[in-house]
Amino acid sequence: MARKQGNVSQKRFIPVHILLILGGLFMVFPFIYQILMSLSTNPEIQSVPPKFIPDSWQWHNYSDVFTRLPFLHQFWVSVEITVLRTGVQLLLCAMAGYAFARMQFKGRGLLFGLLLAILMVPGQSYLIGQYQVIQNFGLLETPWGIVLPGFFSAFGVFLMRQAFMSLPVELEEAARLDGCNPWQAFWRVMFPLVRPSLFAVMITTVLWSWNDLLWPLIVTTREESMPLSVGIATLAGQHSTDYALMMAASTMAMAPIFILFFSMQKRVIEGLATSGLKG
Amino acid sequence: MSEAGARGAMSAPRPGSASPKGRRRRGSPTSVGAWPLAFIGLLMLGVAVFYYWPIVKNIIISFQQTNAFGGDPEFVGVDNYKALFADPSLMSSIGNTLLYTVIVLLGIPLSVAIASMIELPGLRWKSLYRTLFFMPYLAMPMAIGQVWKIVYNGNFGILNQVLRALGVSDPPYWIVTPGFAIVAVSIFGLWSSIGFNVIILSSGLKGISRELYEAASIDGATGVKQFRWITVPLLTPSIFFLTIMTTIGGFQLFDVLFAMIGNGNPAESRTRSLVTLFYKQAFVNSDQGTGAAIAIVILVFVAIVTVIQFIGQKKWVNYV
Repeated sequence: MARKQGNVSQKRFIPVHILLILGGLFMVFPFIYQILMSLSTNPEIQSVPPKFIPDSWQWHNYSDVFTRLPFLHQFWVSVEITVLRTGVQLLLCAMAGYAFARMQFKGRGLLFGLLLAILMVPGQSYLIGQYQVIQNFGLLETPWGIVLPGFFSAFGVFLMRQAFMSLPVELEEAARLDGCNPWQAFWRVMFPLVRPSLFAVMITTVLWSWNDLLWPLIVTTREESMPLSVGIATLAGQHSTDYALMMAASTMAMAPIFILFFSMQKRVIEGLATSGLKG
Repeated sequence: MSEAGARGAMSAPRPGSASPKGRRRRGSPTSVGAWPLAFIGLLMLGVAVFYYWPIVKNIIISFQQTNAFGGDPEFVGVDNYKALFADPSLMSSIGNTLLYTVIVLLGIPLSVAIASMIELPGLRWKSLYRTLFFMPYLAMPMAIGQVWKIVYNGNFGILNQVLRALGVSDPPYWIVTPGFAIVAVSIFGLWSSIGFNVIILSSGLKGISRELYEAASIDGATGVKQFRWITVPLLTPSIFFLTIMTTIGGFQLFDVLFAMIGNGNPAESRTRSLVTLFYKQAFVNSDQGTGAAIAIVILVFVAIVTVIQFIGQKKWVNYV
């Protein structure tokens, strides 16, 4: 019966549905168009009037990306920097967040304040200095050069500190009584309990790391050391008229993020909402 | 389970979470020895090396003339700043950055409309709609920007084909026409930003108690009135948060611009943002002194606007 009522009431939502479907189509149209173009020929893409459905599907555009471009190289750089950055950042932020939330030590407030100050400064004000540091370390053109500054996230520490503060102290005290040292109390007892916040930090880091452009653009100049976000940019310069190839490459550059996020859709949206509310 | 967990985390900053018990026992095991250092040491070292020091360094460099071919930099006082302010490209970059920011800010009222439609109680397909509007936020700007470039293409782009079909005989060649290009880029930026807005606003809307609406409808307040007097006021903290984030994000305009405006584009000099100008000076022209000065200008710019917004919020943001 409840279901029937639901059906009846959908009728008064018809205008809302129409608006949302139109808006939604506007949002996804570029993606659909991209995939259709990636399976077309160049003349089809440039035809007037537009031809959305290709005469025959050009699947070879996708394999051409691997033979004609350094795609695989750049794909692995992207995977490498995203995994490294996310893993190390989660651990460092959780550890620091735990210390700031649960340990008493001298200068805690001051250090935490100094850390949060970074969030208020736009990225450009440390970019030149970071570049010099990476240069002095001899890490230009390397994945380490791309990820190293991203290991340390004030935002991540802030989020993790909030998460640890919301956990009951009794848990930790019980762990202590059972003979855990602070590391064991953190790693075995507390760390698994802040999973939702870890997830929120993970989402933002993965997304930011995979799509980040300016910093890797500065640190890498050679095609084989670039991640995809930069690789696509150079591609656009060199193969600007081979639209079909570009579309196949850019589809594949975005695919991992979409696959990852759609497989955990509900948690991603919640996680982002959480991280947003913290800002 | 994750939902409950996320809520728990969200309520973290509420009072009562700071534990008086932890403080009661002085010299409890947590406070002894080098443990805190072990937990924060590496992070603070990294932050010092990759954030504090670079900021200090940037301030120093902004007063120096650096030599692209090596050799010691020379102290030149405020010369970099003087040269910067004498250069008309600074003002046009500020203009472009502001125009972009204003257009992307228009996405907030649009997102309020979208989110409040999606969250209407009883509406079907909510999660489908959320997903549709959310997708652009996930997309790599560089990659999806290539699609937008084709949409905006003067000859075969769909936009102009539609315009011609509607009777516009001579539509502009969007991203290569100075004046139109920055607007075209901004619309792409607007499209990219709506997904995040909708998520934040949706979770804000879910936090509004249903009882308020029930009470209002007993008093005879209909849909539009409820929206005006309940939804909007209770959503102002989320709207304020988005305003700050969008403004700061707008001042960082780089990715979507870089994705659309390539080298050799005749509109290039007319589409430069503050960050593009910074990138060009510091890393393309290797003029780090001027680049550093631009970074300081951006810093001051962001600081001023953020302070103004925080002062202004008292007039319109309602905290429960």
